[in-house]
Amino acid sequence: MAVLVDAGTRVICQGITGRQGTFYAEQAIADGTRLVGGVRPGKGGSRHLGLPVFDSVEEAVRATGAVASMIFVPPATAAEAIQEAIDAGLPLIVCITERIPVLDMVRVKRVLETSRSRLVGPNCPGIVTPGECMIGIMPRTIFRRGKIGIISRAGTLTYEAVAQTTGNKLGQSTCIGIGADPIQGMTFCDCLELFMADGETEGIVLIGEIGGTAEEQAADYLSQHKSNKPVVAYVAGRHAPAGRRMGHAGAIIEHSTGHAEAKIEALRHAGVHIAESPGTIGVTMASALGG
Amino acid sequence: MKIYEYQAKQLLDKNAIRIPRGAVASTPDEAASVARELGGSAWVVKAQIHAGGRRAGHFVSNQNAQGGIRFVDSLAAVRDTAREMLGHVLVTDQTGPDGRPVNRLYIEQVCEVQRELYLGMMVDRRTSRVTLIVLGEGGVNIESIASRSPESVLKIGIDPFEGLQQDAAREVAAALELTDEQTDEAVRVMLAMYAMFMGLDASLIEINPLAITAAGTLIALDATVTFDDNALFRHEDIRALRDDGELQWGELDATQHGLNYVKLDGNIGCLASGAGLAMATLDAVKFYGGEPANFLDMPPAVEFERVKYAFGLILSDPGVEAILVNVFGGGIMRCDTIADGIILAAREFPVRVPLIVRLAGMNADFARDRLRDSGLAITFAEDFADAAELVVKAASEARLSGQQKWWQRVQGLLTRKDETIGRTAG
Repeated sequence: MAVLVDAGTRVICQGITGRQGTFYAEQAIADGTRLVGGVRPGKGGSRHLGLPVFDSVEEAVRATGAVASMIFVPPATAAEAIQEAIDAGLPLIVCITERIPVLDMVRVKRVLETSRSRLVGPNCPGIVTPGECMIGIMPRTIFRRGKIGIISRAGTLTYEAVAQTTGNKLGQSTCIGIGADPIQGMTFCDCLELFMADGETEGIVLIGEIGGTAEEQAADYLSQHKSNKPVVAYVAGRHAPAGRRMGHAGAIIEHSTGHAEAKIEALRHAGVHIAESPGTIGVTMASALGG
Repeated sequence: MKIYEYQAKQLLDKNAIRIPRGAVASTPDEAASVARELGGSAWVVKAQIHAGGRRAGHFVSNQNAQGGIRFVDSLAAVRDTAREMLGHVLVTDQTGPDGRPVNRLYIEQVCEVQRELYLGMMVDRRTSRVTLIVLGEGGVNIESIASRSPESVLKIGIDPFEGLQQDAAREVAAALELTDEQTDEAVRVMLAMYAMFMGLDASLIEINPLAITAAGTLIALDATVTFDDNALFRHEDIRALRDDGELQWGELDATQHGLNYVKLDGNIGCLASGAGLAMATLDAVKFYGGEPANFLDMPPAVEFERVKYAFGLILSDPGVEAILVNVFGGGIMRCDTIADGIILAAREFPVRVPLIVRLAGMNADFARDRLRDSGLAITFAEDFADAAELVVKAASEARLSGQQKWWQRVQGLLTRKDETIGRTAG
């Protein structure tokens, strides 16, 4: 078991012929991912990396039976690409693209609400079930199959959590980088629900950062649905440069300053083990598991 | 992207939201002359900076003076006030302790105000909707009003495909207990705000206060508008409003190189890949008792020229006594790109302080070999915790040896003095 993706997941890549799309498609194939095709409007019928290229997601899905898409499309048209994947009925869409306009994502999120698709990202490193399926840009060498579910809002810090759980011989069931954009697909809570129900996952690592209220919402979720698996959290930005206070509207709307301390306190209160330093994520989990 | 109040008001004006008559000035004489042209007998002089809280702020040069928004009733007072503000640094609760230099003023006619309202619009992350926020009170204490009586905050989440509906806006306006005419006007302002928000890819529009004048009309006395940086590519007219004049040493150059650089007070230079890792690097340095000299985050798609620039920026900061490079290669960020940038930068700016490097992930071994072959004196750290601990130790030793050198110099001077004294006495 794992969550969201496994060896059977048939994946297509939107934007496969681009520089990044090509590079990461190759990595995914090398890691054993069942990459079955790519999409690039105008290049349908050609082949790239030995895979068929289609003009649209719909055609790709029809021809390959894909159930997941990884998106490497430039920011100006990325929202359209997500929309296309939703319209094609793909159950899982992972969007790596960063710098997508927020209002584009507001529209995408509205469409997602009435669809059956799940979106991971945008602006995220992707999702990996080690040895089975790798979607995104995470470095493959640091993974080791095991028992920890990782959910991260912070790009490169995700790798830190992976490397430390590998180093402590705990390994990962699945690692989900949900991204840190203001409007995102899957949230901490969505992923917590999956990992709490997953038989292979014995502990959950949550990597948060300053801004927004995602960590507070995760804390609420954990207070309501008691997890019988230990949850370890690290929140980045305790000492981030000050003076970037939100305007009035932000404070009024969220009733939160977005500071690390408030997030850490909320998580601690919900029974989460806090890694005080980013260097102690792995050992905190090892000791929480009674190691 | 932030713009100044006067620019925000010009945008409101363009969207048919009423604003007071006003004009921009950048010298005291110009301030007096635009005030004369505006007419009337009372004016408000407003410092233009990219931050709020101006009224309660203070000027660094004159702690006793009033804040960055002042009401005056003579042309002489306009000129004097302008002189006290222009070229001086204004500190508010939103600028941080370093404040912002005031290079422009906005002079406005004073209106007689009967009542103040608050209108705000932004994306609510929790609902993923553009949200209109309305309060029946406006002015400076808006946050405390909102936290004291959250029930007085009216919010409408707006469906992006339906837009702000006239009925919904009217319902909110009705709760404000306005006259019929004012209600119509308020609805019109809300709809115009929404059109502006969507049309310009704004990230925040705030009219605070939206005043009801003695004559009964609605007018925007202050306005804040910020834009989504990621959408600027499709708004050439908004890009033209950019003014980077307030950025600190290094920050402007860094911005142009696509780096996110913030100067801090400590002595440990930090270079990391990705915002999350950069923040965590700061946290770890502080955790082991060190003080970071900067925050510097390189985007994932970085080329070695940019790494070279970033590393050079740290090396040329005279306050840096030790450097930590913390990179987790992954994605398109490869460790060897970082190594190349460091080696090139070190040729131009000799590395005179301890350099701790922690490389992990994509091409880490290869990059370490490259750095070893370069002959640079580098201490390689195994992991994150290790790296932070090493750099804090190195920085405190550097400081200690600096102090020892200073102490030896003082001792030397004292010895010489003794000799001199001895000779004189002899």
